[in-house]
Amino acid sequence: MFEIFASFGVALGLIGGADPELARIVFLSLHLSLVAAIAGAAIGLPLGALIAVGRFPGRRSLIVLLNALLGLPSVVVGLVVYLLLSRAGPLGSFGILFTPAAIVVAQTLLVVPIVAALARQTTEDAWNDYREQLTSLGVSRLRAVPTVLWDTRFSLLTVVMAGFGRAASEVGAVMVVGGNIDGVTRVMTTAIALETSKGDLPLALALGIVLIGVVLAINAGAFGIREWSAKHHG
Amino acid sequence: MEVNFLRALWHFSVAWIAAATAASALARETFITVASTTSTEQSGLFKEFLPAFRKATGIEARVVALGTGQALDMGRRGDADVLFVHDKVAEEKFIAEGYGVKRYEVMYNDFIIVGPKADPAKAAGKDVTEGLKRIAAAKAPFASRADKSGTHAAELRYWKAAGIDLAKDKGAWYRATGSGMGPTLNTASGMGAYALADRGTWLNFKNRGDLVILVEGDKRLFNQYGVMLVNPARHAHVKKEAGQKFVDWVISPEGQAAIASYKINGEQLFFPNARPGN
Amino acid sequence: MAERDPFVLEARDVSVVLGGVRALDGFSLTLEPGLRTVVLGPNGAGKSVLLRTLHGLIRPTSGTVAWGRRNGRPTRQAMVFQRPIMLRRSAIGNITYALSVNGVPEPERTRLAAGALVRVGLTDIARRPARVLSGGEQQRLALARAWALAPEILFLDEPTASLDPGATAEIERVIASIAAEGTRVVMTTHNLGQARRLADEIVFIHAGKAAERTAADRFFEQPASNEARLFLQGELPWK
Repeated sequence: MFEIFASFGVALGLIGGADPELARIVFLSLHLSLVAAIAGAAIGLPLGALIAVGRFPGRRSLIVLLNALLGLPSVVVGLVVYLLLSRAGPLGSFGILFTPAAIVVAQTLLVVPIVAALARQTTEDAWNDYREQLTSLGVSRLRAVPTVLWDTRFSLLTVVMAGFGRAASEVGAVMVVGGNIDGVTRVMTTAIALETSKGDLPLALALGIVLIGVVLAINAGAFGIREWSAKHHG
Repeated sequence: MEVNFLRALWHFSVAWIAAATAASALARETFITVASTTSTEQSGLFKEFLPAFRKATGIEARVVALGTGQALDMGRRGDADVLFVHDKVAEEKFIAEGYGVKRYEVMYNDFIIVGPKADPAKAAGKDVTEGLKRIAAAKAPFASRADKSGTHAAELRYWKAAGIDLAKDKGAWYRATGSGMGPTLNTASGMGAYALADRGTWLNFKNRGDLVILVEGDKRLFNQYGVMLVNPARHAHVKKEAGQKFVDWVISPEGQAAIASYKINGEQLFFPNARPGN
Repeated sequence: MAERDPFVLEARDVSVVLGGVRALDGFSLTLEPGLRTVVLGPNGAGKSVLLRTLHGLIRPTSGTVAWGRRNGRPTRQAMVFQRPIMLRRSAIGNITYALSVNGVPEPERTRLAAGALVRVGLTDIARRPARVLSGGEQQRLALARAWALAPEILFLDEPTASLDPGATAEIERVIASIAAEGTRVVMTTHNLGQARRLADEIVFIHAGKAAERTAADRFFEQPASNEARLFLQGELPWK
C-alpha cells in the first residue's frame, strides 16, 4: 500500500526532473502509437464504411468475423508478426525485426479490427438514415463511403482514440517483435514490464502513472478538438 | 472547408511518417543485434559498457534480452548478429552445428542460492549440492525459472549433481515459474521460497522482501559467459564485420577492463577471463 | 428551360409488394412536362410508395417504370422528403455536395449553390451548419438543393407535413417558383387546401390503385370516382 504513495512521489520526481531517458521513452511510445493509430485508421475506417454501405455475398459473415476480432489476443498477433518478420520468415529480408517499425506493424494489426468494427457500426447507422436521400441525389454506394465517414467524424474520432489506446497499452506483442532494446525499442509499457521484473516496483508503478497521464492528456486533447469543431461547424 | 483540413492532415501525416522512416533508415547502417540473456541485461552490465564500445568503434550494439535458449534460437534463425550467453554446453553445440563461427570466453560471475532469512531447510553454507539436498528433503518451496535459460540449465545440473531426480522427487514444493530471473525472484520473495540466482541480477534486485543469500562461494557455482559471431555462411545478411568488431572488442584489454570496472555498491559483478589469441 | 426533346415517364401496370402488403396494385400513369400534379389519397393508400417507385428508390415487383426520350438521354430528377436530411456541414456545403456528386466542377458549383440559396431566401445562413437551422429553413434548403440540380421533374413527399403555417407558405411559394421555371412537379399532401392552391391536376389513389386523374378545379367540385367523393367529404375510413 505504501508503495503506491511512494510511486506517486517517484512519478512526480521523474516528470519534474525532466529525466531525459524518460522523455525519450515517452516520446517514442507516443510516436509509435500515434503512427499505428493513424495507419490503423487509414485502413480500418474505409474498410468499416465499405462493409457498412456495401452489398455483397458473405457480408453478414464478414461482420460477425470483424466483431469477433475485437477480442483478438495480442500475444497471438505478436507471435505471428515475429514469425513473419524473422529472418527465417517470409518478410525477413526487410530486416525490420527488433526495430521500431516492427512495433508499428504489430500495433497497427491490433488497431485495425477495433477501428473497422466500430466504424462499421457507426457508419451503418448513418447510412440507414441517409440512404434514401443520398440515393435520390445520385450518390452511388462507393461514393457514399467518404460521405458517411466525414459525417460521422466526431464519433469516429472516439473510435480512433480507442485504437490509439489499444496501441499505447500493448506490452506482449511489442516485447516480442521489438525486443525491448534499451534506447531503440523500449517503450513505456515494456519499460514498466522490465522494472517490474527487476523488482523495482515503485519505479514501475511511477512509469505506469506517467503513461496513464500521457494517454489521458491525448484523450483530453482529442475531446477538446471535438467540442471546438462541433461548436463551429455543428 | 473540411477538404482543406483533411488535405493538411494528410500532408502532415505523410511528412511525419517519411521523416520517421528516413531517420530509421539512417540508423540502420551502423548497428548490430546482440542476443543476450535477461540476467546479463538486468545486471545493468550492458548499459555500462556499450557506450564505451560505441565510442571506440562507432557501432551501436542493440541488445535483445531473452533466455539463453531463446537467444540461441534467435542465432539459428539469423535474427541476431552476435550471441552473448552463459551455457557452455549449449554454446559448443551451437558451434558444432555450424550456426556460429567461434566461441570465445569473456567473463564469469557466480550463482547463489537465496532463500528466506529463517532458512527452514537449513540450506545455508558453502556447498551447493548439500544445500539443494536439504531443500528437497525439507520439501521447502523452491522457485525455478524453468525457461531454457543458462541459469535454468545450471540449476538442473546442480540438482543432478546432488543426486536428486527432479522428475521423481518433484512435488508441490518445486515451483516452475517459466519466467526470467527477476520475475522468479519476485515469486520467491512473495512466497518465501528458495531460488538459484546469478549474483548480478540479485545485486540489482530491489524487491528482496525476506530473502537473503544462503549459499555462495562453491566453485561449482561459477558461471561462464561466452560470445559468438553468428555464422554468415549460414545467414548471408549477418553483419559480420561489425559483429566481429564487437567480439574482438569484448575480449580485448579495453573491453575486459570495462567489464571489470562495473560495480554495484562497490562490489564487482563480473570477472573478465578472456584468453588472448584464443 | 424549354426542352426540344421532352421526357416521358411511363409507369405501366406497376405492382409493389412490401413486407407482404400490396402497396401498389396494377398502377399505370404517364407523365409529361408541364403540369403540377398532386397525388391525394387516404393514409396507407400508397402515395409515398408511388412517388418512390416513380423516382426509382423502389423497384416494382411487377410492371415497368420507363423513362422515354427520343435521344435516350436520362431525365434529371430530384426528390424532397417529408423530413429533410442534411449532412453535417454548412447549408451551402450541402448544395455543393449534391452538385459535385453530379459532376459539376468549381467555380460553377459555388455559383449555382449560391444562386439556389438566393431563390429560396436563405443567403444569410449560407455558412451556418445546416443542422442548426429550423425545420422550415432546412426544408427550404432541401428545395434549394433539389433546385440547384436543375431537375426536369421534382417529386415531393408531404414536404410541409412537419412545418408550421408560416413555413408552409414559404415552401409553397418556392414550389410554385420551381414549377414556373418549367420543372414538372409531382407532390403528395394531406393538406387539401394546399392541394387546391398548388395543383393543376389531381391523381387520386386508393388501396394501391389509381382511382382517377382529373384537372384540379373539376376534382374539388365534382370528382369522378366514388372513393374520391367520400374522401373529400371526410368520410373515407382510414385503412
